[in-house]
Amino acid sequence: MRNLLAMYSVLLTGLFTTSSAWAERIMPAQGNAYASEVDSLYIFLLVASLISFILVIGGMMYFVLKYKRKSANDETPYISHDHKLEFLWSFIPFLIFMFVFAWGWKLFREARTMPKNAFEIHVTGQKWAWNFDYKSGVSVTSSSSEEAAFVIPVNKPIKLIMTSKDVLHSFFIPAFRIKQDVIPGRYTALWFEAEKEGEFQIFCTEYCGDLHSQMLAKVRVVSMEEFENWMQTHPSRALGQMTLAERGKYLTNKSACTACHNFESSEKKIGPGLKGLFGKERQFEDGSKAIANADYIMESIYEPQKKYVKGFGGVMMNKYLPKDLSAEQVSWIIEYIKSNK
Amino acid sequence: MSSTPGKNYLNEKSGLWSWLTTLDHKRIGIMYMISVLSFFFIGGVFAMLMRLELFAPGALFEGNTYNQMMTYHGTIMTFMVIIPGVPAFIGNFVLPLLLGAKDVAFPRVNLMSWYCLMVGAAISFLTLFFGGVDTGWTFYTPYSIQTNGTVLMVLGAFVMGFSSILTGLNFIVTVHKLRAPGMDFFKMPLMVWALYSTAIIQVLATPVLAITLLLLASEKLLGVGVFDPALGGDPVLFQHFFWFYSHPAVYIMILPAMGIISELLTTFSKKTIFGYRAIAFSSVGIAAVSFFVWGHHMFVSGQSELAGVIFSFITMLVGVPTAIKTFNWVATLYKGSIEFRSPMLYALGFIFLFTIGGVTGIILATLATDVHFHDTYFVVAHFHYVMVGGTLMAITGGIFYWFPKMFGKMYSEFWAQMSFLFVFSGFNITFFPQFILGATGMPRRYHQYLPEFTSLNQISSIGSWTIGIGFLIALGVIIHGLLKGEKAPKNPWGGLTLEWTADSPPIHENFETTPVVTAGPYEYGR
Repeated sequence: MRNLLAMYSVLLTGLFTTSSAWAERIMPAQGNAYASEVDSLYIFLLVASLISFILVIGGMMYFVLKYKRKSANDETPYISHDHKLEFLWSFIPFLIFMFVFAWGWKLFREARTMPKNAFEIHVTGQKWAWNFDYKSGVSVTSSSSEEAAFVIPVNKPIKLIMTSKDVLHSFFIPAFRIKQDVIPGRYTALWFEAEKEGEFQIFCTEYCGDLHSQMLAKVRVVSMEEFENWMQTHPSRALGQMTLAERGKYLTNKSACTACHNFESSEKKIGPGLKGLFGKERQFEDGSKAIANADYIMESIYEPQKKYVKGFGGVMMNKYLPKDLSAEQVSWIIEYIKSNK
Repeated sequence: MSSTPGKNYLNEKSGLWSWLTTLDHKRIGIMYMISVLSFFFIGGVFAMLMRLELFAPGALFEGNTYNQMMTYHGTIMTFMVIIPGVPAFIGNFVLPLLLGAKDVAFPRVNLMSWYCLMVGAAISFLTLFFGGVDTGWTFYTPYSIQTNGTVLMVLGAFVMGFSSILTGLNFIVTVHKLRAPGMDFFKMPLMVWALYSTAIIQVLATPVLAITLLLLASEKLLGVGVFDPALGGDPVLFQHFFWFYSHPAVYIMILPAMGIISELLTTFSKKTIFGYRAIAFSSVGIAAVSFFVWGHHMFVSGQSELAGVIFSFITMLVGVPTAIKTFNWVATLYKGSIEFRSPMLYALGFIFLFTIGGVTGIILATLATDVHFHDTYFVVAHFHYVMVGGTLMAITGGIFYWFPKMFGKMYSEFWAQMSFLFVFSGFNITFFPQFILGATGMPRRYHQYLPEFTSLNQISSIGSWTIGIGFLIALGVIIHGLLKGEKAPKNPWGGLTLEWTADSPPIHENFETTPVVTAGPYEYGR
C-alpha cells in the first residue's frame, strides 16, 4: 500500500517527486539528484505501461473467456467501427506520449547543457581501457586489471571531454544515468555532479571487439580534501623520480598494453605473455625465427602486423604510432621488459 | 481453365529441377519456407550457444568466438529469417490467393528474388571460412573497416537486399493490377494492406542499405574516406545511413506480421474486423512515418541534441497507429465466437508480447530514459519482444493457419498447442529478466558480466532452452503433418477470404474460375 501511495505521488505531483527506495530496486543506486529525476520519469512510464497493459490484455483475456465459442453455428454481431471510441483511443495515447516526450526532453536538456564552471577532465577510450588526463598533469588508466583509478571530488560539476584512439566506445555510468559515445577523430562531452561519496561502475556500451565486456572502470567519488591530496601525491606526476623500467611499467598500463599482454608472467592473454622475452628466440607463423632484441620489440610496437608469433596468427594488435609512443618511451618499455627476467 | 482432377501445384510436375525453375508463386513460397526455416534453425543454434555461454561466462567460448556468434545470430535472423519471413515466404504463398489472382505480376522476377536471397546468404556464410565476422549485425564503422570478413558479409547483405527490393516491387504491382473483379482497395484483406505497405518500404528503403554497403566496401577496398576518421571520414555518418534503412526495416519485419494477426483474429472469432479502415490506414501511416525516426537509435551517438529531440517527437507519433491497431484487435474479440485453435493462440500470444514490446518502445523513445537504457539489455529485451514475440509468433501462427492450404493436410492440434505453450512461456522467462538486467546497467554484446548479473542471466538461459524445445515441437508438428496428416478440407477454419475457396492444396493457377468479389473480406454476421 505504501508503495502504491508512493507511485501515486509520483503520478500526481509530477516532475520532481521521487520514490527512491522503490526505484533503487529496479535501477542502479542513485549517485545524484538527476538520477532520481530520471527514475521518477521511468516509474511514471512503468506505471502508465502497466495500466495500459492491464487494460489491453485484461480486456483481451476477458473477451476470449467470455465469448468462447459454444457451437459452430454461433452468430456474431456485425460491428464495423465506432468513430467516437476510435478517436478516444487514438487521442488519449497521443496525449500521454506528448507528455512523456516533453518530460524526457526537459531532463535531456538538463543533462546535455554543460555548466560553465565545471572541473574538466580529458577521457580517451582505446581498445580496451579508459584513460583520464587531469589538467594538473595527473594521468590514470583503467584497464580490466586495474579498477577505481578515476577519482573525482564530490559536489563539483565534472565535465568529461572525450575522444577515442581507435574505434567507437561509449562511456556509461549507470549511477548517474548518463551515457555518451566516444568517437575517433572528434570530441564529445558529458557532465555530471556526484552527490554521494563512494565507488561507481563505468561500462563501455559501444561494441569495440574482443574485450568489449572487460572495458570496465570505476569512478571513486571522494571529498575535495581527499581529492586534492590524491592529486598531489599521484605517481604520474613524478616520472622524473622513477627508474626507466618503472616508467616503462607505468606506460604499459597507460597505453593499455596490459589489456592484452601479461608482462610479469608468460601466460598468454589476447597476445603472448612477455616475461623473460628479451634476448629469447621467437618463432613466427610463417616458420621464420628471430631473436627478441630491442629492434624486434620496437617493430612489434610500431608494426605489429609484420610478424605474428606462432599461435597468434591474425590476432589484430593495435598499431602504435610515434605520436602515441615516442621512441624514447619505447625504450622505457624495453627496459621494463628486460627487467622481467 | 479447368484442370485434371487430383492434380495440384505440388504434384503437377515433379523432380528437383521443376522446383528450381518454377514460376508458381506457391512453389516459390514453399522454397522460401524451406530456406527461411533452415536459416532460422542455424540462427537459433547460435542463440542457444550464446545463452549457454552466458549461463557460465568463460566456460565455453572466448570473447572473439562469442562476438562472432552474436554477429551471425543477428545477421541471419534479420536478413535471412525475419525480413524474408513474412513477405517473401508467407506473402508469396498467400498474396495472389488473397487477391483471387493466378500468380504475382512478375513470376520470373519472383523466382529471381529467391535466388538473390540464396546467393546472398551463401556469400554471407562464406565469411565463416575467412576467419568470420565479429562486428555485430550493425557493422558500425570504423570497427567494421578494420575487420577482414566484413566486405564479404556486406556483399551478402547487399545481394539479399535485392531479393527484398524485387519482392516489394512485385507485390506493389500485383496489388494494383491483379485484384479479382470487384475487389476495390477497401475490400482487400488486411494482410494485403500490410504486405502492400511493407512493399513500399522495401522498395524505398533497401536501396539506401545497398548504397551504404557499397560505400563501406569502397572504403575498405579502395581506401575512399567516407566513414573512417583515419581517412577523413565520419563514423557517425555510417550510423545515419545504416538506420535510415534499418529502422524502416523494423517495419518490414513487423507490418506484415500485423497483417497475419488481423486474418487470424477474424477467422477464429468469426467476427468482422473492428475498424477496418483504421487498421488499413495505420499500416500505411506507420510505413510513411517509419522513414523519419531513424535518429532514435542515435540519441547518445554524438548527433546534435536538437536532432535527438525531433526524432524522439516523431517516434512518439509512430506509437499512435500502433496503439490503434492493438485496440482494434481487442475490440474485434468483443462478442465474437472465439475458438482456441493453435493459430489463434499464437495470435493472442502476439498481442500479449507485442503490447509489452510496444510500451517499452515508448520508454526507449523518451529521451532521458533512453540515454540510460541505450545499448543495455533493456534494448535487447525490447526488440526481441517485438521481433520474436511479435513477428516470429505471427509467422508461426501463420504457418499453422495456412498449413492445410499449403499442403492439403492437417497437423496435430494438440502438439501445435504444446509448441505455443513452450514458446510463449519460454519467451517470457528468457526475455523479461533482460529488462531488469538492462535497467540495472548490464550492457549488451557482453560475453562476460559482473557477478551481480548472474542469477537473472541464468534464468534467461534456462528460458532459452524452453523456447528451443517449443520451436522443435513446432518443427515436429510440421514434419509429422506433412508425412502423416489427415487430408485437409478446402476451408478447415471457416475463413471468408478468397484463399479458402481454392482447393487444398490449390491447383496450378489457384482458382478454377476467377472469383468475383462483391463484399468485404470479413463479412461475418451479415
